[in-house]
Amino acid sequence: MNIMAQAAVIFGLCLISEGIAALIPMAFPASVIALLLLGLLLFSGLLRPEQIRELSTFLVANMAFFFLPSCVGVLEHAPAILGQLAPFLLISFLTVPLVYFVTAWVVQLLIRRTGRKKARHD
Amino acid sequence: MIDTLLSSPFLGLTLSAAAWCAGCQLQKKFRLLPPLLTAAALIIAVLAAFGIPYSAYAAGGDFIKLMLGPVTAVLALNIYNQRTVLKEHFLPVLAGCLAGSLTSMGSVLLLCRVFQVEQALAASLLPKSVTTAIAIGIAESRGGVGGIAAAAVMVAGLTGAALAPLFARLFRVTDPVAEGLAIGACSHALGTTRAMEIGHIQGAMSSIAICVCGIMTSVLALFL
Repeated sequence: MNIMAQAAVIFGLCLISEGIAALIPMAFPASVIALLLLGLLLFSGLLRPEQIRELSTFLVANMAFFFLPSCVGVLEHAPAILGQLAPFLLISFLTVPLVYFVTAWVVQLLIRRTGRKKARHD
Repeated sequence: MIDTLLSSPFLGLTLSAAAWCAGCQLQKKFRLLPPLLTAAALIIAVLAAFGIPYSAYAAGGDFIKLMLGPVTAVLALNIYNQRTVLKEHFLPVLAGCLAGSLTSMGSVLLLCRVFQVEQALAASLLPKSVTTAIAIGIAESRGGVGGIAAAAVMVAGLTGAALAPLFARLFRVTDPVAEGLAIGACSHALGTTRAMEIGHIQGAMSSIAICVCGIMTSVLALFL
């Protein structure tokens, strides 16, 4: 597909997702709906990854750049953050090892268990 | 003329692109400094130095922000490209990401109550383990502030990327699948760049965890 056709597909998906987000009664991010829709198209074979290659490669390669305005937006809310800087940093920091620990061990225990089952079958 | 310059969206677009390039150059010298952090600091400094109001920057910045939707959507390609690995470890991936998402949101809510954090900040901190595009969506749909969510996501990402090898030793995580999923679950895309350096399987599992945790956290947030 040419690049404008690729843009039409991806922008179109985002447009439809915003419509769906407005229809459902819960507050669900439209961008995640777009992710799910694109996943659906890919897994059903209606869309092949190479059909959106140029645009998706560009977006993925420059992903972090698109977050820049949101980060600068912190400026507007600096007083709110600075007023609660200690809890903000503590919460953001402390929960990282905790999430790592729980995720890793749930996966590790599951893999070990299925590994043992397989060994018994062999 | 100054008024014209200040009201033009090109101001925000130019500043963003230029600051990004400067940030990338700086990263070549100081490997640990992410361009996102330095570029944002640079723009804030320029705005402050010239007395440019934030709204003047946002006129252009909003165009870039609009692209967060398409950027999130193409994350679907991550899952699709990793479908063979995903199939092989389907249950551990689902269970691990669910446990990680629940732990992240549960611990944030608990700590917010302990520190008596106000509602808007709590809503912004809630999705801090998932990738920025999704986190901003979740935070804003819950009455939080996208910018604060992005900042919390950065802190989580930097911490995870820097300390991932230490965590693996400390918590005795030896399985590469478990290690990759854990890195992706606690520190999303920033952690994934580190996971790719650690190993091929770790990198693949970490990028799967970004998508799966992002989706799960969005769904779990509905029930809070």
